[in-house]
Amino acid sequence: MTRVLRGSVIAVALCTIVFGLAYPLLMTGFAQAFFSGKADGSLIRLNGQIVGSRLVAQGFTSAKYFHPRPSATSPAYNAGATTFANLGPTNPDLAKAVRQRVRAILSLERPYNPGLTIGQIPVDAVTTSGSGIDPEISAANAQLQAARVASVRGVPKQQVLKLIGKYTDARSLGFLGEPGVNVLELNLALDREAPS
Amino acid sequence: MGQGISQIVVYTVVLLALSYPLGTYMAWVYSDRFRAPSWVAAPERGFLRLVGAGTSEQDWKSYAKTALGFMAVFALLLYLLLRLQGHLPLNPDGMKGVLPDISMNTTASFITNTNWQYYGGEFTMSYLSQMAGLAVQNFVSAALGMAVLAAVIRGFARRSRRELGNFWVDLYRSLVYILLPLSLIVGAILISQGVVQTLSGHATAHTLEGATQTIARGPAASQIAIKQLGTNGGGFFNSNSAVPFENPTGFTNFLEAICILLIPAAQVFMFGRMIALRRQALPLLGAMLAMFLIGVAILLPAEQHGSQVLRASGVNITQGDGQSGGNMSDKEVRFGIANTALWATATTNASNGSVNGGHDALTATGGAVPIVNMFTGEVIFGGVGSGLYGMFFYVIIAVFVAGLMVGRTPEYLGKKIEAREIKLAAVGALFVPTMVLVLTAVSVVTGHGLQSIFNPGAHGFSEALYAYDSQSNNNGSAFAGYGATDFSALVGTVALWLGRFVPLIAALAIGGSLAQKRVSPPSAGTFRTDGVTFGVLIVGVIILTAGLMIFPALSLGPIVEALS
Repeated sequence: MTRVLRGSVIAVALCTIVFGLAYPLLMTGFAQAFFSGKADGSLIRLNGQIVGSRLVAQGFTSAKYFHPRPSATSPAYNAGATTFANLGPTNPDLAKAVRQRVRAILSLERPYNPGLTIGQIPVDAVTTSGSGIDPEISAANAQLQAARVASVRGVPKQQVLKLIGKYTDARSLGFLGEPGVNVLELNLALDREAPS
Repeated sequence: MGQGISQIVVYTVVLLALSYPLGTYMAWVYSDRFRAPSWVAAPERGFLRLVGAGTSEQDWKSYAKTALGFMAVFALLLYLLLRLQGHLPLNPDGMKGVLPDISMNTTASFITNTNWQYYGGEFTMSYLSQMAGLAVQNFVSAALGMAVLAAVIRGFARRSRRELGNFWVDLYRSLVYILLPLSLIVGAILISQGVVQTLSGHATAHTLEGATQTIARGPAASQIAIKQLGTNGGGFFNSNSAVPFENPTGFTNFLEAICILLIPAAQVFMFGRMIALRRQALPLLGAMLAMFLIGVAILLPAEQHGSQVLRASGVNITQGDGQSGGNMSDKEVRFGIANTALWATATTNASNGSVNGGHDALTATGGAVPIVNMFTGEVIFGGVGSGLYGMFFYVIIAVFVAGLMVGRTPEYLGKKIEAREIKLAAVGALFVPTMVLVLTAVSVVTGHGLQSIFNPGAHGFSEALYAYDSQSNNNGSAFAGYGATDFSALVGTVALWLGRFVPLIAALAIGGSLAQKRVSPPSAGTFRTDGVTFGVLIVGVIILTAGLMIFPALSLGPIVEALS
């Protein structure tokens, strides 16, 4: 048994060096050499300052911006502590939260979408994402918000819809995953092309 | 749903197409015929000399002792590393030492290839703990399961011998010839797609609306490659594979989901090669594939149909017109319903446990699928190594049942299955499910246990059931509302250790016992174990044992909830 333990200690040391240090460091070297932008978090800079990451949702509350999906992190869109909401399918707290979000959306969007009904609100707009920092919204969600953003910015809705199309990530290779609209990239483009 | 179904079909086809050649390769790696070029073989010889192993083969007891001793030493080191990380380097964000009960549970969790997480990666672990502690275990715990499987299969293949192989040789080959090259390839692809891999601490962004946002990152890609390939599943970030830095696109999601089942599926083909009876692997593969597809076929429509709350809310959950619809609670837009359903099934078929959406928020019917998948003992492909050696318990029981029906001594691969093997298989198949039910019961009747439950009503019971189902079967996914207390961490630790050891030792003992037997040639009365009938029989045995045991518990949790 002592022979086993002695061998184990040596094997543990070797495994830690190879798989715990050499392997991740080699991968880090590769990443930094060839894909440093992505490996550092796909950060977006504006005038030299980091304004966010294209893979991380950030909070938007102003009417001139598209809004991301609800977030369960504390505070919302906390990219340092991701979490699910973990509310079960029959949890009354979930029902309450969804009702509140529906009310907020109706009062925000109705002035720009006369006659908007609950049945026209896409489900991703009233549910928390898995990560709490989902950078995307569904195309339906973006289209719902387009009238407001266009009106507040004083540009034709058609121009906003075109930008939505431009910042929609299609399915990978045309068939893997689901399409989604990148909210931060879309808002940055709006600030560039239709400043208010 | 058509688009989603076609993605699942493509997934299945690609999985089989990749696992077949990999299985052939792995069978070669573990065989006596394996000859590596000298620059590859030299480090292996050096490793064996350093650990004082030699190349002589071990009987099952010696093999098991070496494996357990190795695990014990690693457990001690990992525990100390977690406790002391605050004083160690590679800690740019200044994480403090991990609390004792969480360290204990996390150690058990990673040594046993479970990766149950009572902590959130990005706000608990230093980069050193992630790399030298957790990522190492992702390799080693996986390799240990693979080594044990190779030994058990040799027991099926050999005749009149005591030895099953050399643990150190099998461990080394699993690590260096299988897991490492695959991880390098997958890690590099993930990095090219946007998965983070950096030693810099968090980034600070100044958002468009003038707020400050802290963005956690780290050496994630290297860990994610092995966490998926080695059926580990522990997230670098708290929300695991739902976080875009772990899983940024539809393509990375597809690749990672393939990696979840790749090695377990390849091991079925490997089994056929190693026993030199390739057709014998087909009923096992068929049984696994059938149960996998049944799982998806229940989970996907349930999620697309939506949860009670969302259906009652009146919002638009219909698929089409620019959304995937359905139960989008705790799911990501880029994965939608189909890819979250596929992942939830695969990750609980394998003992992987990584999640790309929150399982706690699954519909009642959808959430029942992972619970049942895990409860089978993780044999639907299952964990690397542990999945197939767990399946052998059911195979032996199935052979026994068939023997009773035709009135002959049960045989498998020409070997007589006798009382000792049946007893061991019964222990292997029944111990863990029994433990799940007992620990769940304890946790819902004690005040300490109830503190962990987050959701009210029947769903709260499902959370507790899921927690002990997942830890006992070394899966690691969670109804993540279930919280860490001293009590739940301790009970979980017991589940983790016993859930790993008992089946592992039972499987090695069966291998040791079978290796000594002679092989009798098949006769007219031999029950054939290479056809569809046997595949159906295996599924039947799994449903009769695991299915009937879990049913009462299911009816207290998911079934009540589905009906409410």
